[in-house]
Amino acid sequence: MKKTHITFTLNGQPVEVLVEPRELLVHVLREQLGQTGSHIGCETSHCGACTVDLDGRSLKACTLLAVQADGSDLLTVEGLAPGGELHAVQEGFVQEHGLQCGYCTPGMLIRAYRLLQENPNPTEAEIREGMSGNLCRCTGYQNIIKAVQYAAKKLAEGEVEAA
Amino acid sequence: MAATADTLERENKLEGIGCKRKRKEDGRFIQGKGSYVDDVKLPGMLFADFVRSPHAHARIKSIRKERALALPGVHAVLTADDLKPLNLHWMPTLAGDTQAVLADEKVAFQMQEVAMVVADDRYIAADATELVEVEYEELPAIVDPHKAMDADAPVIREDIAGKAEAGQGKREHPNHIFSWEVGDKDGTDRAFEAAEVTVAQEMVNQRVHPCPLETCGCVASFDKARGELTVYITSQAPHVVRTVVSMLSGVPESKVRIISPDIGGGFGNKVGVYPGYVVAIVASIVLGRPVKWIEDRTENLSTTAFARDYHMVGELAADKDGRIKAMRVNVLADHGAFNAHAQPTKWPAGFFSVCTGSYDIPYAHARVNGVYTNKAPGGVAYRCSFRVTEAVYVIERMIDVLAQKLGMDPAEIRLRNFVKKEQFPYQSALDWEYDSGDYETALRKVMEAVDYPALRKEQAEKRSRGELMGIGLCTFTEIVGAGPSKACDILGVGMFDSAEIRVHPTGSVIARMGTITQGQGHQTTYAQIIASELGIPSEEIQIEEGDTSTAPYGLGTYGSRSTPVGGAATAVAARKIRDKARKIAAHLLEVSENDLDWEVDRFKVKGVPGQEKTMKEVAWAAYNNVPEGMEMGLEAVDYYDPPNFTYPFGAYLCVVDIDKHTGETKVRRFYALDDCGTRINPMIIEGQIHGGLNEAFAVAMGQQLVFDEAGNILGNTLMDYFLPTFVETPHWELDHTVTPSPHHPIGAKGVAESPHVGGIPCFSNAVNDAFAHLGVTHVDMPHSAYNVWKTVHRLGLDKPSAA
Ligand code: FES
Ligand code: FES
Repeated sequence: MKKTHITFTLNGQPVEVLVEPRELLVHVLREQLGQTGSHIGCETSHCGACTVDLDGRSLKACTLLAVQADGSDLLTVEGLAPGGELHAVQEGFVQEHGLQCGYCTPGMLIRAYRLLQENPNPTEAEIREGMSGNLCRCTGYQNIIKAVQYAAKKLAEGEVEAA
Repeated sequence: MAATADTLERENKLEGIGCKRKRKEDGRFIQGKGSYVDDVKLPGMLFADFVRSPHAHARIKSIRKERALALPGVHAVLTADDLKPLNLHWMPTLAGDTQAVLADEKVAFQMQEVAMVVADDRYIAADATELVEVEYEELPAIVDPHKAMDADAPVIREDIAGKAEAGQGKREHPNHIFSWEVGDKDGTDRAFEAAEVTVAQEMVNQRVHPCPLETCGCVASFDKARGELTVYITSQAPHVVRTVVSMLSGVPESKVRIISPDIGGGFGNKVGVYPGYVVAIVASIVLGRPVKWIEDRTENLSTTAFARDYHMVGELAADKDGRIKAMRVNVLADHGAFNAHAQPTKWPAGFFSVCTGSYDIPYAHARVNGVYTNKAPGGVAYRCSFRVTEAVYVIERMIDVLAQKLGMDPAEIRLRNFVKKEQFPYQSALDWEYDSGDYETALRKVMEAVDYPALRKEQAEKRSRGELMGIGLCTFTEIVGAGPSKACDILGVGMFDSAEIRVHPTGSVIARMGTITQGQGHQTTYAQIIASELGIPSEEIQIEEGDTSTAPYGLGTYGSRSTPVGGAATAVAARKIRDKARKIAAHLLEVSENDLDWEVDRFKVKGVPGQEKTMKEVAWAAYNNVPEGMEMGLEAVDYYDPPNFTYPFGAYLCVVDIDKHTGETKVRRFYALDDCGTRINPMIIEGQIHGGLNEAFAVAMGQQLVFDEAGNILGNTLMDYFLPTFVETPHWELDHTVTPSPHHPIGAKGVAESPHVGGIPCFSNAVNDAFAHLGVTHVDMPHSAYNVWKTVHRLGLDKPSAA
């Protein structure tokens, strides 16, 4: 099958890849670019294990063609701690035991990262609603909610300090 | 007092047993640096994909590979005929049956593996599966297990049609697998005849799937030059897999290396050996290149290991005061087309006979009949010990049915029948010896915490207004930690488990176990056990599992075995090290061993302050200055064969409100008290309970693998198969009591499965209780909105006039 060149920004770095038009973004990320943080749990947009942040929106990379990412700005879990310092959502997941097997975690983190920009101070109900596109089989969700709340608090404190 | 403060501080530094220590494994996962099977990429790796049967029962007339092989990038198409010369077209199951690796002349369930395509990448492999032409002649299928033994039922397994046995006892029909019974039948029958009250109820534990977020898969890599086979695999039992792979492939066990890397949840789905693993291994051996096989979600839900499918009739006999005199259970078990359940070999119905539950029932009898149907093989323990969910469901539902018949409160009838604290160790009518428990305290604590009388009062008021509110109770006893090797084995290997601990000269530790974590946090908790036993901080203890080339042989992680068996091995191995360390310390301090006291992290000479050696100092000495005649080094191995199972228990309560127009159930409250004995890491325990409750919620309220009459599986994607999201998942309230196991080295019992086992009947009892005042005795799970609406509608409660 004829391949095409696409370019996009991945976690702040420009990348250029040669893909088949039918190739899914999640496969290109994982297999060509070696970024295996985004996982595959269902291939049908239900589980959110493959969630990435594309031009400021949470999207499921299992149902996006790689060519659709051409020219975009893409963030995956690997880009959450650029300088090596953990992002507040990452810290929250550790502090509140928001993960067990870890398979859903990258998707959860990327979604939580965006949720907290859409709504910096969400209620429990808003977290449940805002994260409902991401499934977890291990945690029963309760500690993930706490982790997001932890991150929200930490980010708010950071802003106060910065001001 | 100063010494106490000092010891306390040293103890806290260890982060040992009881500490809510943060998890060691989190760092890699939150940065996307986990290493799951599908992350493995080897040079020259090929991808495998299956051609699967569209029919539930059909004869294969021909398979034509030419078009697939002609597609550029395709390396091989393997069928049963290709595996025959290697004698690998069939494989043994853990249950003593055989299973077709690739369909041999006929298919016996929809989505059965017919051929495997191996290609350069997953896209080409998928394309090629469509080019393999298979011609079928359809046969009538058996879907309903009740019809499996009809005289005119089509024979599913022609390969064993004439055999009087299929690995687990006598067969009475070509579609019959086994009959298993336990208990005093005559005594039970007599107790029923003499009883003042009896109740009987049919109920189904529907066919479900554990559905971990990561599906099953492997990367097989055969190194022709060295004759070595390495397989990365999603396995909860890597050492057993190595034994099976060696037996099947003829590659010596010492040249087979099985690596279970990070595993994205197991819940019983990843215990068995599946055709995909076997064919990928064969393909790698034949082609001399690594081969990756990863199933997609639809393949996972359709083929690899369903759970349950127990069709039960429960019966209780009691006196008018609600004291239970006897229990009888009859089960029809649907095992699918091959008997490939993953119970210990001698236990065709697992530990189902723990079905007398937390109650002192003098007589009991249980019978289980297993049959073949045209459905996928399995019958695994989905987040539970073997068939214990089914056992707990039948007793916990039946005791409510009995209470209803007697007009008694479900809490009261439980209190009347509990095994009493002073009866432990308790011998059950079906021959289990419960190690320890205090059921009454647990239930009373829950009733107090939720103000049970107030809830019942509220319910009575709501009922009088025509509203539907249900209160469900469940006071379960689990049986975990398989198991004593005299009772339990898998393919002849006793169900012990192991730990190997090495203390390095600088005092840091590496320990390896025969179990394998799938999210339970072993790297964190095993280190805590060692920390407490050896006085070395958890932070300096490295835990490794899952690589058969480095870890000692163990039977793996399922049935909550890790803490009861692997955790015990860890404690015992650590104690062996401490014993040696004591000798070294005595030598260094020039006193006798008996003059030494152990305190947190050091040996102290009795009555001589300041005369002491820390474990770290001893570790250094172990490599340069040991007593004469002692060998150098500081390490130990333990293969722990538990003297008994452990019996965690709990008391759960659930409150639901049901919308009588839509059938939607809102879980208003879920209060779970667990007693798992000694608590190693309360944070992790709570996380495990949250997760188990959520999986219980899933089963009780929505999960089911549904089939039509032709055996087509309906709903094998996450579009249809219910995995609760953040939105419908209830809020969990947790509590605990601590009743240590008397026979476990640190008193721990295991916990991760209790919430699943206890949660399911609790939800179901709550929904059933909402209708109890209307004469409804039992409605089967799943209690989805549609199913509940059917009950509401049947009762006419949804009519506008009833509003
Ligand atoms: S893999 Fe993309 S949503 Fe499940
Ligand atoms: S931590 Fe295992 S699926 Fe979420």
